[in-house]
Amino acid sequence: MAKRFDIQHMPGFKTIAAVTFVLLYMPIFLLVIYSFNSGTSIAIWEGFSWRWYVSAWDNQQVQEATVRSLVIAFWASGISTTLAVLAALATTRTRKFKGQSVVFAMINQPLMVPEIVTAVALLIFFAMIKVATGYTGLLYLIIAHTAFCIPFAYLPIRARLIGMDLALEQAAADLYAPPFRVFTRITLPQLWPGILAGAMLAFVISLDDVVITEFVKSAGQDTLPTYMLGQLRRVVTPEVNAISTVLLGISVTMVVAFTALSKLKT
Amino acid sequence: MTDISHPATPLANDVEKRASRVRWLLLAPVLLVLLFAASGPLLITLVYSILTPGEYGGVIWQPSADAWFNVILQRDIFDDTLSWSDAHLSIFWRSVKLSLMTTVGCIVFGFPTAYFIATRPKHQRDMWMLLIIIPFWTNILIRTFAVVELIRNEGTLNTLLMWTGIIDEPIQMLFTEFSILVGMIYVYLPLMVLPMYASMERLDFSLVEAGYDLYATRMRVLKRIILPLVKPGVIAGSILVFVPSLGAYVTPRVMGGGNQLMIGNLIELQFGQGRNWPLGAALSITLLAIVMVALMAYVRTAGDEAPRHG
Repeated sequence: MAKRFDIQHMPGFKTIAAVTFVLLYMPIFLLVIYSFNSGTSIAIWEGFSWRWYVSAWDNQQVQEATVRSLVIAFWASGISTTLAVLAALATTRTRKFKGQSVVFAMINQPLMVPEIVTAVALLIFFAMIKVATGYTGLLYLIIAHTAFCIPFAYLPIRARLIGMDLALEQAAADLYAPPFRVFTRITLPQLWPGILAGAMLAFVISLDDVVITEFVKSAGQDTLPTYMLGQLRRVVTPEVNAISTVLLGISVTMVVAFTALSKLKT
Repeated sequence: MTDISHPATPLANDVEKRASRVRWLLLAPVLLVLLFAASGPLLITLVYSILTPGEYGGVIWQPSADAWFNVILQRDIFDDTLSWSDAHLSIFWRSVKLSLMTTVGCIVFGFPTAYFIATRPKHQRDMWMLLIIIPFWTNILIRTFAVVELIRNEGTLNTLLMWTGIIDEPIQMLFTEFSILVGMIYVYLPLMVLPMYASMERLDFSLVEAGYDLYATRMRVLKRIILPLVKPGVIAGSILVFVPSLGAYVTPRVMGGGNQLMIGNLIELQFGQGRNWPLGAALSITLLAIVMVALMAYVRTAGDEAPRHG
């Protein structure tokens, strides 16, 4: 029998797709491989070694930047997720309201305005506050990260709320449960995969941010990405590869967990 | 009998008022944070663009239209004549050109890839999409750096080419417009594939089959049936790639080597060495305006498309 005529086949498409996947992953694979190189080169393989991981681990600047990155990501994802839950409840559990489009525009603003514009705007505004108050701590970075994490936390939570069956909430209300009780006993338990997914997305987004952090940070407040950006101007050793590989590992773990959570049935 | 669900009755009015109060109470924290760290600062930037630059950065609170003048014009310091600002215009031109080329490049690689994924058996599609999403979740700096490693003079590609004897000297690829283009296509490709896949997944292949039954060639089916149906996804992907490309900062900085600036780098320069905050603010607002025009054009096209394709 002749080969069945495949209506889904387009000549050349498979080849381009294959090339795309190879090109997409080849640089990342090389980056990971050379993080285990025992030599100082990032192009000539000289044998397997953990030395760049050890050297990154022992580097005090890297340690401080890591702690700072994690502290900021922890607070930014925690606060933005909490706020996003409230906002998602307000925009899914009530009917259309006046000012709705303004609210949506504000929540989505960090997604639509180019990052460099937001970064510059925050630089100007926070510079004014720094002059006025003298405070130069981490709070600026936490607030800035919280703001741009909000839409990322909001979207999966909202999606989960929309997909939820309202019958249980209504039944609870019919049985005279006060609204807060309904929320903690009925809504929240069903919502938690969405909350966790939103929090993880916010955490990774905060951990990865370069541009806004670079502009908002005060002296000596490098996070891992801004530390790496600074390193790239000097001689690059596989230490940057090692740090990148660890961050890459965190991202992959998070995205796999995120995908699994998003698929959980309501 | 009165209809209690009607909003005009006192009871329903109370319920509605209460719901409204709760809603704004729930929204207040989010709006406050965004006002403080997103919308508010943007308004202040607008104000800064019409002030006089301070000597050591910052501003003097004195209105001035100079910054807006300087976005595309320059005044000769000797005879005060006005002329186009070649430096700014060439950077704007480079940004628009590279962003358009990035968008086209992403379509060229992204379209067949999205089509490939959409035509896999159902249980395989999620796995292929995960492979697209993982780079999307990976730090843009790390991905840019990975490409730098590949194409730099001492990088893998040049080492490989010299080792095989194809070339004798490394090819200078880094720090050119070409390298920025490669980097941006690499970085933004997932943003193109995601919406394209979303619209292709819904594509009804019986329409494609009908086309073949009526003796249409593959090319014709692609042009007359598939493309019109997945157009919304292509447009959405293009906007998702074009907008961040235009404001790109990290990729041109790492891959352009300081002499291939884009708008994002020009803006940064005004806040650093340039010490002209109002000009930086005016350039930011200009960039934002271009992006908004692109987004509005998108909403228009998307709005026109939606009713026709359900």
